Amino acid sequence: MTLTHLQRLEAESIHIMREVVSEAEKPVMLYSIGKDSAVMLHLAKKAFYPSPPPFPLLHVDTTWKFQEMYALRERSAEEAGMELLVHQNPEAQELGINPFDHGPLHTDMWKTQGLKQALDKYGFDAAFGGARRDEEKSRAKERIFSFRTSTHGWDPKAQRPELWNLYNAKKKKGESIRVFPLSNWTELDIWQYIHLENIEIVPLYFSAVRPTFEYEGGLFMADDIDRLEKVMGRRPEITERSIRFRTLGCFPLTGAVESEAATLPEIIQEMLLTTTSERQGRVIDKDGGDASMEKKKQEGYF
Amino acid sequence: MTDPIYQTDALITEDIDAYLEKHQHKTMLRFITCGSVDDGKSTLIGRLLYDSKMIFEDQLAALENDSKRVGTQGQDIDFALLVDGLAAEREQGITIDVAYRFFSTESRKFIVADCPGHEQYTRNMVTGASTADLACILIDARKGVLVQTKRHSFLCHQLGIKNLVLAVNKMDLIDYDQAKYDAIIADYRAFAESIGIEGFTAIPISGLAGDNITSKSDNTAWYDGPTLMDHLESVEVRLDENMARPFRMPVQWVNRPNLDFRGFSGLIASGRVKPGDTVRSLPSGKTSTVKSVVTMAGDLDEAVAGQSVTITLDDEIDCSRGDVLAAADSPPEVADQFESTLVWMDEAPLVVGRAYWMKLGTQMVSVTVSEPKYEINVNTMQHLAAKTLNLNSIGVSEITTDRQIVFEPYTENRALGGFILIDKISNRTVGAGMLHFSLRRAQNVHWQAVDITRDDHAAMKNQKPRVLWFTGLSGSGKSTIANEVEKKLAIMNRHTFLLDGDNVRHGLNKDLGFTESDRIENIRRIGEVAKLMTDAGLIVLTAFISPFRADRQLVRDMMGEGEFIEIHVDTPLDVAEARDVKGLYRKAREGKLKNFTGIDSPYEEPEDPEIRVNTVSMSPEEAADHIISQILPLK
Repeated sequence: MTLTHLQRLEAESIHIMREVVSEAEKPVMLYSIGKDSAVMLHLAKKAFYPSPPPFPLLHVDTTWKFQEMYALRERSAEEAGMELLVHQNPEAQELGINPFDHGPLHTDMWKTQGLKQALDKYGFDAAFGGARRDEEKSRAKERIFSFRTSTHGWDPKAQRPELWNLYNAKKKKGESIRVFPLSNWTELDIWQYIHLENIEIVPLYFSAVRPTFEYEGGLFMADDIDRLEKVMGRRPEITERSIRFRTLGCFPLTGAVESEAATLPEIIQEMLLTTTSERQGRVIDKDGGDASMEKKKQEGYF
Repeated sequence: MTDPIYQTDALITEDIDAYLEKHQHKTMLRFITCGSVDDGKSTLIGRLLYDSKMIFEDQLAALENDSKRVGTQGQDIDFALLVDGLAAEREQGITIDVAYRFFSTESRKFIVADCPGHEQYTRNMVTGASTADLACILIDARKGVLVQTKRHSFLCHQLGIKNLVLAVNKMDLIDYDQAKYDAIIADYRAFAESIGIEGFTAIPISGLAGDNITSKSDNTAWYDGPTLMDHLESVEVRLDENMARPFRMPVQWVNRPNLDFRGFSGLIASGRVKPGDTVRSLPSGKTSTVKSVVTMAGDLDEAVAGQSVTITLDDEIDCSRGDVLAAADSPPEVADQFESTLVWMDEAPLVVGRAYWMKLGTQMVSVTVSEPKYEINVNTMQHLAAKTLNLNSIGVSEITTDRQIVFEPYTENRALGGFILIDKISNRTVGAGMLHFSLRRAQNVHWQAVDITRDDHAAMKNQKPRVLWFTGLSGSGKSTIANEVEKKLAIMNRHTFLLDGDNVRHGLNKDLGFTESDRIENIRRIGEVAKLMTDAGLIVLTAFISPFRADRQLVRDMMGEGEFIEIHVDTPLDVAEARDVKGLYRKAREGKLKNFTGIDSPYEEPEDPEIRVNTVSMSPEEAADHIISQILPLK
């Protein structure tokens, strides 16, 4: 019997999660409701079965997620028997930070600052994230256990060597670890696994006729038209199109693609035939030029 | 430039379900690429990604753009730009850290560790090699076998990689000359045999031109071996070898959702396991029978090496994280002293005798490392005498653990023979090692099972054994106060013993001087003696400067929970120097006494001692009373 690549990836991710639970004091799983989070949560259930995963889920909310994402969030946490913590940066709330008026500040305040606030508030010392090494160039060198200073800074020179499957989780008080159990998965692995394990994902990944509008050359979905009108200062022109999303974030930041792929095999088929990479639909990598993700990481973005 | 041969699979468009079915059964191979700075590693990896269609159009557009702007290949695509990640590295045009890349073909998924070739980055190479099934060593055909080639091959061999590929790159630049190629292979073979490498596969390639990467090159008609990709797709995965070995599973976590379920979760390191198998829990040696192999998808009939499972047993045996479940009839060894290869990975050199954490499997123990038997010059493979190991050096040392651990030689089982060392103060991963074998001393000295236990000894004396560890500057009043405390305890009918410089330095430790290693050994011995005395039920008082935190921590780790009480006799330097009872400060100031604590050697104050006494505001008697009040009750 030879294990398949998916069986090996699964076993590795489970091993990583059990190590964290054994060695960290207060772990948490960051849950963004996307497909990678769905796989990570599924693996957590497997890792500790028949116990429920012994840590809560944390959603760092920007208030700008798609409605269908919020619905799945509640359901998934309940089915897993896990506590769901939702954090919204009160400062961003008060200032009315939104993706239209504030550009990069939107990501910084809601996500980067919001995450730091939430980790400090609950005193979590280890946080699972669903990032993969194949997503972006600077991620390829990221460790599975990534150390952050007490101010959540990331210093590429101070990362610890990781040999075999021996992770060093020792840290000083106040320091924390981001742990990436999906480091060695690729986008195709994620989709194949979702298909194989029948994992529930947000319906927005599947094609359907949805209300859309164009903005700065991209195609977006009008998830909450009244709210959009308020921040955009005009009511966008809505066209019904058959669209889906390859990646999910805040609805005004996540570009849709026109597609007819309505089943998982069709999605995978489309992905394999498509010629643009996954993150292209996201605006985030473009600010700050070439090394933008690396810069964000040093500032504390996941 | 050749066209990519891994074109879109026709099945994707025609029958996606059939395609998925096929791709769900792929295996996985992890390998590393290593070579010298300009051997073309990044170019080769970029080429593998490109040829296996792992590059999307937008990335390709960016790549073409970058190639023209900062590339080194004129108007052609610079594949190296695909894989050079961190901003700092791009500026320098070199890779300085291990990067992991992914690509897949119809039959396999590959994880490539891109390892830098620089001399100072042995650490990164060893890291990349630790998880690899295969190593691809690049040689620049114009330069042949270099010192770095030898170093990389040696390190891969040390890390137990049996599949070595010698990729002779840049064949286009030597006009695909077979004679030159053959000479390089002969040269390499001689070297490989000299260090015990049993075999390797040599392939003439050009990463830039694409020769023998995914398709056979017409330029090397004289070569009849596989292409690099063919070889990567067909070589045996190490995990499969492990399945044939006896069952071992380091326990990671005890799964106890309720009173009716108690499972042991772990990643199976080797062998197979099924319900009904007799297993032994180590180091305790207790046996039981496997009741079930639990997963969320249902109980398994059998699980194999590489799977993460939860095992339940028929009996309630004591087993927890750090223990190893193993085949009952062929269990691994248990020992506390080993010979080991050690690779040093930290800027601060190894301190012989200092306590480090060792993580091996799921076991975390305190260890000390002896003076290296030798260091290995990775360029010449010569054995050199060494007092310590510095960053990126590799040597052989004896390692002593503070308790018995379950292990196997690294060559037999990476999971139970490979370990990392962690600095107890900085928490950095400072070293990695591979156990060779246990030392006879440890094997033959079996713990004598005694009928009178340490609890019995303590109960007879009607007290809880403890170590009162007085630390402070010379002249701070440690001995005076310790003496006061002992007198008071004697009046209270307690059984005590005071260890100080006078009764230790003149006898037990008279062979030790004042070098750093000797000072550590001095403290270690005092710790061991104190430990024996606590086993005998005594309250032990020690009065030594013991200036270094790490050394005090070492002793603390030897003792049972709550038995080590650190007492900081806190006297400012100027006060201690003004007292100068023994005239030592004067001598130190005059330069007649070297390495004197407080003068030309540091005193590391305890950060969080159990007790602190201030000798400026308290008399010795008051200090002693305060200490006694803090350690009550004595039972």
